[in-house]
Formats: sequence, structure tokens, C-alpha cells
Amino acid sequence: MGGGRQMEFLQQMINGLSLGFVYALIAIGYTMVYGIIGLINFAHGDVFMVGGYFGFFAATMLHLPFIPTLLVAMGGAALTGVIVEKIAYKPLRNSPKLSILITAIAMSVLLENLVRLKMTTDPQTYPETLLPAHVIRFAGLSIDNRQLIIIGMSILLVVILQFIVFKTKTGKAMRATSFDKDAAALMGINVDSVISITFAIGSALAGAAGVLFGILYSSIDPYMGIMPGLKAFVAAVLGGIGIIPGALWGGLIMGLVETFSKVYISSSYSDAIAFSILIIILIVKPSGLLGKKTREKV
Amino acid sequence: MQLLKVNDLTIKFGGLTAVSDFALNLSDHDLVGLIGPNGAGKTTIFNMLTGVYAPTSGTIEFNGEFIQGIKPYDITKKRIARTFQNIRLFKDLTVLDNVKISFNYNVKYNLFHSILRLPKFIREEAEIEKKALEILKVFNLDGKRDELACNLPYGEQRRLEIARALAAEPKLLLLDEPAAGMNPQETHELMGLINWVRDEFKIAILLIEHDMKLVMGVCERIIVVDYGKVIAQGSPDEIKNNPKVIEAYLGEEVTDA
Amino acid sequence: MKKEFRNTIILLVIGVILFLILSFLMDTEILNRYYGRIVILICINVILAVSLNLIIGITGQLTLGHAGFMSIGAYAAAMATIQLNVTFPVALLLGGVAAGLIGYLIGLPTLSLKGDYLAITTLGFGEIIRVVITNIDQLGGGRGLSGIPPKTTFAWVFFIMVFTILIIYNIARSSQGRAMMSVREDEIAAEAMGINTTKYKIMAFVIGSFFAGIAGGLFSHYLMYIKPEQFGFLKSVDLVTYVVMGGMGSLTGSVLSTGILTILPEFLRFMNDYRMIIYPIALIVIMRFRPQGLMGTKELSMKIFDKFSKGSDEDAAFKGK
Repeated sequence: MGGGRQMEFLQQMINGLSLGFVYALIAIGYTMVYGIIGLINFAHGDVFMVGGYFGFFAATMLHLPFIPTLLVAMGGAALTGVIVEKIAYKPLRNSPKLSILITAIAMSVLLENLVRLKMTTDPQTYPETLLPAHVIRFAGLSIDNRQLIIIGMSILLVVILQFIVFKTKTGKAMRATSFDKDAAALMGINVDSVISITFAIGSALAGAAGVLFGILYSSIDPYMGIMPGLKAFVAAVLGGIGIIPGALWGGLIMGLVETFSKVYISSSYSDAIAFSILIIILIVKPSGLLGKKTREKV
Repeated sequence: MQLLKVNDLTIKFGGLTAVSDFALNLSDHDLVGLIGPNGAGKTTIFNMLTGVYAPTSGTIEFNGEFIQGIKPYDITKKRIARTFQNIRLFKDLTVLDNVKISFNYNVKYNLFHSILRLPKFIREEAEIEKKALEILKVFNLDGKRDELACNLPYGEQRRLEIARALAAEPKLLLLDEPAAGMNPQETHELMGLINWVRDEFKIAILLIEHDMKLVMGVCERIIVVDYGKVIAQGSPDEIKNNPKVIEAYLGEEVTDA
Repeated sequence: MKKEFRNTIILLVIGVILFLILSFLMDTEILNRYYGRIVILICINVILAVSLNLIIGITGQLTLGHAGFMSIGAYAAAMATIQLNVTFPVALLLGGVAAGLIGYLIGLPTLSLKGDYLAITTLGFGEIIRVVITNIDQLGGGRGLSGIPPKTTFAWVFFIMVFTILIIYNIARSSQGRAMMSVREDEIAAEAMGINTTKYKIMAFVIGSFFAGIAGGLFSHYLMYIKPEQFGFLKSVDLVTYVVMGGMGSLTGSVLSTGILTILPEFLRFMNDYRMIIYPIALIVIMRFRPQGLMGTKELSMKIFDKFSKGSDEDAAFKGK
């Protein structure tokens, strides 16, 4: 039944894309922070998780509809991200890398366990009413409307991001700082602010991803940031660390690979497969798909 | 005797050509200075000579071998050693250990010997300790052998960096702005030290420097680069009066005091 | 180098004395089973901490998957005993070699790159190991592996711990160790001085993983039942905390902090319940205000024993020998 296979394939494509966009949103945050301070924000996956919880509260306690929930989550995540930056990254800016990495990991574990303390390890369920599920019948496919909305929302957020980065003064400052921090400072750019804004925007996107993830998979838990965080990191490296479009493509590829390997290869090993991609990239082209080789100034 | 022959050395970073067609000939006891305005590409040239960057094109021939593009630690084995513009000592290691590192590439004993403290290990370690102390003594640093490198005063840190480089037993020593941050007294002592090192260790020295007094006073030959290209080459007197050089420095005092 | 020799003998003698004392206490139940268990766990943790210190403290490479290598050793050694019926030391060795080998395979692509990647890669690797083991039924999968013969005794654990410390101490105080430290201090300068930094990073990583594997083997043959969750990210974080608190680069520090941090959660209830909040906060505070931890890079000085020796090297020189 050729038709059936084709449908299955397209169905999985949509599954893969909606998951991929979630990864992409998180990956963009990794890549933006790396572009500006040259470090991998270890706690980013947990900011995603925190966003998911903010959204959960907005939906269940404040009974907010979809868009306001999303905004609350993005705001909460942005705040969390900036706090992490102020505690873990800013004071240690001149410290050895090792110290910064350790502090970032500590923040990650701390976030997970603070949430666990407050919320227990039990997963919380996202309310159905937030984004009611409909099945859309189109061209013989049964599509979950929520997936379309997730994809649409993600694309919108990315477009807004592009606008900010390329059409606003703040965006210009961000790009300048990511090229050369010192030169940017000499040009009168407040580098500290730019860094905080970068963290805020990247975290906001991750927060949005948290809500979308909660809708997609119905449940959230304190450790939900670990695996997606890792995969989003792989996505960012895959696309070229520091390059925003790269993070987008990387995320989509990771989402598709994971979905297809779950269906056609093995569900349990999909994580291992996603991870092997990282190893392969690091061996073959560490600068990523869209990346260029950079040299350290000696 | 020809030690170093550099031809058409060029490096491009993306669209920017940082150094183009750099050429240099060194014999084995030369003392040559490389000068030029900031950003002229001097350290980039050093980085290519020491394997930190691979040139886009051109050749570096050292002792008859082509060494462009090989890894820095292999360059050291070919007997080229360097110091850095911003001192790169091993800060949390002792003065003695800093120097001992340079003997590493010649060490014959392996992990097995180290773990079991076999005689081969003990003998070679004693040898290394002896040679390291000898070098420190020459630089008047043996009294501070157990001091952490980060605790040394600035002038001594610079001396230690030179000592460490010399411990690698190079035939060519590259000094990147050795007088940076020094007062006139220290610079004067450094000039004596550089001459002495060249004579005592019988090596060639190529140095980058902004301090004209040192360059004019110590170098036998000077190469001037600007915007990645060689604009003049010659003796200190020739360079002093070269209009192109004067123009490149835009009126900076090229005559010594 | 007579001093070296003398110091080693002194350490071994102290080790034996300590062993005899603790053995006696445990055999006569002055230290009952509960405390005895803690002592053994401390020794296993010390092996883990000291081997991790080689990678993080001495070579400056942050790895977050050390528990993963422990699990490889634990399972490999257990299977060797159960399936292949080998003797205990052989099983332990197989566990260590398995861990070291996988360490090599993981290290090779990742260690030639910048430090940031290693941390997150080893973290991911640790998780993947857990997932893979959970999916292999012959290893018991998610339910765990039981029926491991109880071959680990205090003697085994203690003396392997002593030898691990000695071996890593000897490595640190050698040209290889100096090379590793130079990698930690300044990779670019190290390369300029002839050090193949990638080679030494891999060396430290493989050796560290090997000993983690040995510790794992001791662990599985002590608890007699293991499951993948015991070797997750949280365990790796525990180990990093031991190393950081003790002082990265100080083996003495690792021993002390491991002892303290293994005991504390056992005796202070809140330490155990809130461990995963207290430890990270402690790490953040330490990194901010005292990054060198308890002992920095210093070790307990052997100089205190100079008083007892017949005549030091300096004396001999003075006497014109």
C-alpha cells in the first residue's frame, strides 16, 4: 500500500519538524550566548525547563490562554537566564574557563533541584484546554493542529529574532559585540547590557520552547531539560556554533533524525543516535555545517 | 650558514590578507629585529614560524627542511623556540618546573618508568633537574626555583620566559616584544642579556620590538613591515634614515636617544 | 633520589598501619557494619576522586561522565566474574581496561577540541552509557544486575586505594605530569615548548577512566547488585564536587574532601536530602571566592619526615661526599 507508507512518512515529517523547531528554539539560545561570550551556557537546558513550569503556572493557576501563557513563560525564562548570567558568568568573566564551567554546571543542577524541591519529581500535566487538540484532515493526512501551531509559532519567533538582530540598534550592538567585544566597548556599546540582553532573548526562546514542549508531550518534570538541552546543544554544534541560522537547521535536523530513528530504527537508541551525531561532527567538521574555522589570537 | 629561509609567506584570514609575500634569510648567528607599527603583522609572522598558524602560501625552510604548517610542538623539536608578547608562563608551576617543561620533548622514559620510579626515571629526572638549575643560575633565578611563576616580579617573569625558551635548546630564538613594560634600566640590562645569549648559546635571534633604543642598539639587521608587507630591510643606520619607514611610523622617533 | 624512595616507604608503612587499625576495628565490631560500609565506600570514592583529579585538577580538562566509566567497569567486571568465571583481580583489571578503552575512543575526537565541548560531551556520554546499559537485557537492563559474588573486602579496597593514590602521585611528579599541568596552565605555551597537548589530555583521560573502571568493579562486587541509575549524572556531579572542594590538583585534598563529603550525608539528614542543592551552592561559592578549594595544588608535605631521617641529601653534600 504505497499510499499508506507515504502518509506515514509525511506524518513523521511533521512530527520531526515540530520537535525540530522546539530544539531549534533552544539551540538558538546556546548559539547566541556562545557567539557573544564564547562559552556554552550549561544551564540553558534548565532555563527551557523553567519556562515550561512558568507556562504551567500561567495556564493552571492564572488560567491564561495560549499566547499570554507563552509570554509569561518567555518572561520568566528570560528572567531566570539573566539571573544565571549575573551569578555564574558575569563575576567570573576573568576567571579560568574551568571555574566558569563548573559554576555553570552547578547552576544547572541547582535549578533542577530547586524546582524538584518545590514541585516534587512527579511530572505535571499541561492542561488540555491550553491548546485544544483538533485533527485536521488535509490531503489524506490527519494532522494534529497543535503541531502546526507549534511550527507556526516557532517560525514567527525566529522571524522576530531576525528582525531584532538585523533591524534594531540593539541587534547591531549584539552583532558588534559578538565580533569583537573590546572594539564594541570602545565604540561606546555597553557590553554588559548587551550580554544580558543576549541571555534574555536566548532564554526567552528557550522558555517558549518549554511551553511548546509541554503542549506537545503533555507533561513536564524538573529533569526535562537535560536531554533536550543536550540535543539542542548538538544541534547548535551541528549547524555551526555561534551561527543563528545554523542553530535553526541543526535543530530541525536533530528533530527529524530523532523522530525517524524512533520509528524506523529503535526507540530506545534514539538518544544514542542523536549523540553519535555530535561525535561524528566533532571528528569530521567541528565548525559545523555553516561554520568557518576560527583562529585563536595568540 | 643558512639557517632560516622564508619565501613568499602569505596568510589570509577570510577576506583579509594579514601578511603577504614575507621573505627572510637568517644565518645561524644573526640577530635580527622585526619592527613595524601595531597591527603590521609581526606577531602573525611569528605565529607562522612557530606553527600556530598555517600560512595560506609560501615556504619556511629551516635547516634544510620545509616546516610551514607543522604543529607547534614539532617546530620546537626542530629547535625553534619562542617567547610571547603577553607573558605565557605556567603561572601555578614553580620557576624550576617552568624550565623543566622544555626538556620534555627529549625525555626517553615513559609512564611505566614514572609510575614505578625505575632507575631510568631517576637518572633522567636528575639530569633534567641539573640542566634546569644550570639555566636558572645563568639567569640569576636559581634562588627562586621553588617560587610560583606568578609570584615573580615582572622583569623576572620575562627573564624566566626567555630561560624557559632557551631550555628547549633552540637554534633559533624568537622573542616577541621582550622589553614590553620595562623601564629604561631594565631595557638596558635586557640588551646586554640578548647579546650575551646570542654569543653564549651560539644561536640566531629574531625579535619583535617597539622599543627603538633596544632594536637599534642590539640588532645587526632590521626588517620593517607595514600592513603585512616588508617595506624596508637593512642595518639600523639604513633603517633610521629610510623615508618609507619614517612615514610608516608617522613621525615617531626612529633615532635613538 | 633517596628521598623519593624514603617517602614512598613511609607512605606505605602509614598505609599498612592504618589498614591494620581499621581492620581491627571492623573485625571486632567496634566499628559496626554500618560504619564499616561507610569506610569501604570512602575508599571507593577516593579512587574515583583521585583519578578524576588527574583529569580535572592536573590536566585541567572538565569531564562530567566519570560515573559512566565507573559503570563500565562495574558491569564489565561483574560479567567477567559471572559469565567468564575469572578471578577477582582479573575481573577488576578487565573492568578497568574496558573503561580505559572506551575512554580512549571518546577522548580521541573530543580532546583535540576546546575545553567547553569536553564537558558537555562527557555529560552526554555518561547519559548514553546509562541508556545503552538500560537497554541490554543480558546486563539486567533497567531492573539491574544482581547475583554478583561478594568478592570485595576492606583489604582489597584499601590497598587498591593506596596504590591508586601512589600511582597517580608518581605520574603527577614526573615529566608526563608536568606536561599535563602545562596543558592546564596554558595550552598554547605548552605546545610552543614542545608538548603535544592532545596526547597528554588523552593520557590523563584514559588513565583516569581506567581507575574509575577499577573502582566500579570494586563497587559492583561489594553491593552485589547494581543498576544504571547509580552511575548517572548526579554521581558524576558528586565526584566533581569532591575534587573541586579538595583542591584541583591536590591528591591530599581529594582524599580529605571525599572522606568528609561521604560521611556528612550519612550523618546529617539534611545534608543528604538537600545534597543536590547544598553541593551546587557550595561549588558556586567556592569558584567565586576560593577556587583553589581546600588545599589548592599543594600536597601534605613530606618535609615533616625530614627530622626523622638519618641525614638528608643536603647534609651529604655538605659533608663533601
